[in-house]
Amino acid sequence: MSFEILKKHLQKERPPQKIKVAETQPVQVEVPLGLYEDCPFCQRKLNKETLEKNFFVCHHCEKPLRLRSIDRINMTVDAGSFIEKGKGYITLNPFFDKTYDDKIIENKNKTHLEDAFIYGSARIDAEPCVIGVLDSHFMMGSMGSVVGEKVTKAIEYAYLKKYPLIIFVASGGARMQEGIFSLMQMAKTSSALYLLDQAGLLFVSVLTDPTMGGVTASFAMLGDIILAEPKALIGFAGPRVIEQTIKETLPEGFQTSEFLLKKGFVDKIVPRPEMKTVLGRILHYHA
Amino acid sequence: MPKDQSILDLEKKLDQLLKERDSLTDEKAQGAMDGVIDALHQSMKSLTAWDRVLLARHPKRPHIEAVIDALFQDFTEFHGDRFFGDDPAIMGGLAFFNGLPVTVIGHRKGSNTAENIETNFAMPHPEGYRKALRLMKQAAKFKRPIMTFIDTPGAYPGIGAEERGQAEAIAQNLKAMSHINVPVITVILGEGGSGGALALAVSNHVLMTENSIYSVLSPEGYASILWKDASRSKEAAEVMKLTASDLLELRLIDGIIKEPIGGAHRDPLAFYKSLKDALRRSLEIYLSRPDDALIYGRYQKYRNMGFYQRFNVRPEESK
Ligand SMILES: [Zn+2]
Repeated sequence: MSFEILKKHLQKERPPQKIKVAETQPVQVEVPLGLYEDCPFCQRKLNKETLEKNFFVCHHCEKPLRLRSIDRINMTVDAGSFIEKGKGYITLNPFFDKTYDDKIIENKNKTHLEDAFIYGSARIDAEPCVIGVLDSHFMMGSMGSVVGEKVTKAIEYAYLKKYPLIIFVASGGARMQEGIFSLMQMAKTSSALYLLDQAGLLFVSVLTDPTMGGVTASFAMLGDIILAEPKALIGFAGPRVIEQTIKETLPEGFQTSEFLLKKGFVDKIVPRPEMKTVLGRILHYHA
Repeated sequence: MPKDQSILDLEKKLDQLLKERDSLTDEKAQGAMDGVIDALHQSMKSLTAWDRVLLARHPKRPHIEAVIDALFQDFTEFHGDRFFGDDPAIMGGLAFFNGLPVTVIGHRKGSNTAENIETNFAMPHPEGYRKALRLMKQAAKFKRPIMTFIDTPGAYPGIGAEERGQAEAIAQNLKAMSHINVPVITVILGEGGSGGALALAVSNHVLMTENSIYSVLSPEGYASILWKDASRSKEAAEVMKLTASDLLELRLIDGIIKEPIGGAHRDPLAFYKSLKDALRRSLEIYLSRPDDALIYGRYQKYRNMGFYQRFNVRPEESK
């Protein structure tokens, strides 16, 4: 594998990185501060307690805020049921881009994540499942080699355990800093989903803000059931790229969840407070 | 080794010299020029990554129509995705390859401005990918090998493309191609642009022509997104690992098809010959494989692609 060649190369040129691997245990999280002081969409001040009660939906503009993966899990699974799997990955820098090294370290410190995807086993309304969550706070949830590998591992774990798989998507697309490696993650994750087809296992893809590019064009759009949160940006090409290409401004509401529902690419839009109930019901149908 | 002249400058000079040489009547003077011409020709052997980007996009580079003409017999084009329409940016159909019926699919770029516009500069819409998938499933039904030819800057970013599910169309192709039970062989002819290329290239054997490129975005895009400076695209091409030799070293492709000095368009007949030889060899390998081996081999190949490290973890956590 290419890995060996590059590993040798890297050991020479790469400064050692300090990374702490967390112990396996159900995740206990405090409510995040900092990330949610102002609404990123309407810029108005947020009140922490109201926000929590409101499932992190802005109480001014009603837009669901981008959640940390940990908050998403706590909000979705039965209390204490999540056990994280597949930890210990290190993101590498295949093209030796200095800014990428800095970005990775900065994002690790900011989020305490090893990369933009976590997964594990959990229960939702008492039904066992594998749940995976992309975290848009880490490099905009972009998919590089580590995310691609962990998504594939999550699929394989569901396959081995014969559990249904739920993935919450929040991603800007392929991680450009990892170039062609990130492109190949699209093929890798999509072909792994074929395992679930063969085994008759359920895959629910939940599209949240944002779901774009190479992630939309791979596992995100391959759910047996595709749910979306309201008002999320979902698409293939970025709105700015489209505008530059066609030299027109885009119509209001283009590439939103509501737009995709109308065009037939989303099964159902589910507001955040109802998400757990709806997922639970879907799992019951397939139990 | 840095060069101050791009392959296109060299080519221009070469063409000029060849013209001058032809206009000479004196044999001695011609002979003297031959030396210069030969030296210039040889200097076209050492190419930078950016030179290869230029060659991959060269307007005279052999396109799919010419390749099909030269390599296959009795090609019949089939149109449409059966749902929405026919996308001229992707062509597909049936042909004989050394007497064997095969399904041929690839991007169409066109050779002049009118054709470029008609084919949308080889940037497909969802119906193009769905047509390709339809033809691939048909190939699987009739146990025909599939050969795909890639030459696209990427899938089209437009309103209609989004409305009709560009992402969904690409994703379905990726999943379906990985488990098709016939040999799938891909040649990157020119530009292998991102998901728009990959959606026809999840294959048992991916070959790149010597001067083709394959990347997640263009060097211009890489420079402007990551370095906020589109003028550094040359530099981006060098670091991005988008050339055939880079990608072979990384084991992300399976082979390289030699091109004549200065690019495929300098001697198309020689190029078609090496292309045809490569396809014949690759078909020989995969035709003899049982379905399971085809599927498993293809799946494992993509499963192993990735560049990361992992800590030693306790066995129960490694799952
Ligand atoms: Zn707001």
